[in-house]
Amino acid sequence: MSAAADDGELIARIKEKALFAREETVRLTGIAKTGHYASAFSCAEILATLYYGDIMRLKPGEPQWKQRDRFLFGKGHAAIALYPFLADYGFFDKSVLDEYTRLGNPLGDHPDMRKVPGIDFSSGSLGHALSAGLGMALGGRLNKIDYNVFVLLGDGEQHEGQVWEAALSAAHHRTGNLIAIVDRNEYSLDGKVDDVIGIEPVLDKWQAFGWNTIDIDGHDVPQVLRALRDATAASDGGKPTVIVAHTVKGKGIPYMETQFGWHLGYLHPSDEKAALAHLRSNA
Amino acid sequence: MTTTEPELHPDSWHLLMLLDQAPGFAAISQALIELTDEGHPIAVTTADLKYSNGLVRFQEKHPERFLQFGISEQNMVSASAGLATTGLLPYTATFASFLALLCCEQIRTDVAYCNQPVRLIGHHAGISLGFYGTSHHATEDLAIMRSMANMTVIAPSDPAQFHAAIRATVNHPGPIYFRASRGRDPIIYEHGVDFQLGRAIAHGEGSDLMLIATGSSVHPTLAAAEQLREQGISVGVLDMHTVKPLDGDAVLAAARGAGRLMTVEEHNVLGGLGGAVAEVLTEEGVATKLHRHGIKDEYSLIGPPTHLYRHYELDAAGIAQVALRFLNA
Repeated sequence: MSAAADDGELIARIKEKALFAREETVRLTGIAKTGHYASAFSCAEILATLYYGDIMRLKPGEPQWKQRDRFLFGKGHAAIALYPFLADYGFFDKSVLDEYTRLGNPLGDHPDMRKVPGIDFSSGSLGHALSAGLGMALGGRLNKIDYNVFVLLGDGEQHEGQVWEAALSAAHHRTGNLIAIVDRNEYSLDGKVDDVIGIEPVLDKWQAFGWNTIDIDGHDVPQVLRALRDATAASDGGKPTVIVAHTVKGKGIPYMETQFGWHLGYLHPSDEKAALAHLRSNA
Repeated sequence: MTTTEPELHPDSWHLLMLLDQAPGFAAISQALIELTDEGHPIAVTTADLKYSNGLVRFQEKHPERFLQFGISEQNMVSASAGLATTGLLPYTATFASFLALLCCEQIRTDVAYCNQPVRLIGHHAGISLGFYGTSHHATEDLAIMRSMANMTVIAPSDPAQFHAAIRATVNHPGPIYFRASRGRDPIIYEHGVDFQLGRAIAHGEGSDLMLIATGSSVHPTLAAAEQLREQGISVGVLDMHTVKPLDGDAVLAAARGAGRLMTVEEHNVLGGLGGAVAEVLTEEGVATKLHRHGIKDEYSLIGPPTHLYRHYELDAAGIAQVALRFLNA
């Protein structure tokens, strides 16, 4: 399958939701007074395509629906971009967003399955999510329920040994319903990922571990849509699929795209308006 | 030239091929086979140790429910948490040292914090792997597991109790850490045993001394009590199979009835059963003399398991000696 001409409306909706995720990231970070702007911005199109591109099978208002597709946020520090979507799906009330990270609010910097309806697995400690997703994929097989499991990994997360344990294991167990997406935004906390510890050739590594590989521009919505469609279409073949999505950390706000320090940050309220204007003009 | 394969000597310490001599592990597989046959959604996972923990028996009966993870323990633990989210009941087994120490954070974050009903089976706990050395010993696992919120900690003392404990806790909603020894557990409960989570089993009462033991230490402690009784000492034993939640009432009753208490565990004396008992006594303001017997905050020597038990006074004669010194101190 490929993104066809009649996908125009779908693509417009995905783009609109990606902008919404970025705007909400700015607003919610303003409430918390610190947040992972840049990490959220790099995966906004990926999240929007999963949740609004007819990729994930979900039932609005029914976060525990057994047949649903699962999503695990390996790079859980970007959960801020997902919470607005979950509220939008009616998994919890939108007013919960307004108290983001306040004492007792379910929404923290990292997503918590025990507190937030619609979060399929808690994360925060890098490297665990692909394993947990593998368990869910195997569980689908044992329970004879057909669903896909999507795991969004950071590129810095490729440093974690457990990712490769899970990669080896998933190929062996032929969990074709497991789809990993690597947000290749090139930066981790200490600088360029490849200066910290090089991960290239990352696509070849996954291929060598027995995975189908797809290489895309993670901000080009038609490409993201096509890749996710191809990955889910291939999911009964037994080979798990990884999509390496090349992205820009801080995508949408020029100074965040060039200054890697915005992995974590807090815009002064007076700069918020200009930031939102950047996001809208770049959408 | 002989045409027959040489047989492994029955006295061998070999981990493999001697499943018939590991009734403790046979009991684990048997309980899991029964529960699966009864319709419980069991999944068994292990990390290249199915012969060492005997779970190959389960695999033979229910191959589709047996998941081999290879030598990737952390991946196995996180994946077990993922399996549990789908309604399955994973029993996840590997050496206690790798489970409690190597996978400590996966257990805390993915299993305990997410409160998934994963059953962790840490086998060959304590110093039961003998000369395999400290990398393969687990004298910290009770302390680690006890400190994790949501976690239940059970150290059955014999095959029948292990079988009963697995069955009795099948519907327990949260995670459980089961501590197993090397499977060659001597029989204590010949005619089976009722298992009640968090309820210690009393073997006699003592006015001079109550011994409180857990897991692999219960059998030698019972034998030690016999030896002490022959010397006219009034001594009873508590089989404290559940280390968390601890049976505080049983501890306090023992303290009220006896002059002294002694805990016995194949574990560091810090943080395990001895620590848990001390917490209860202190919080209740009970001024009983307590001796915590176990591994004294050190790493074990190299040696065959039974030789190490003798050296660390964790066999019957040793426990009796430690008790006598404590009583005469």
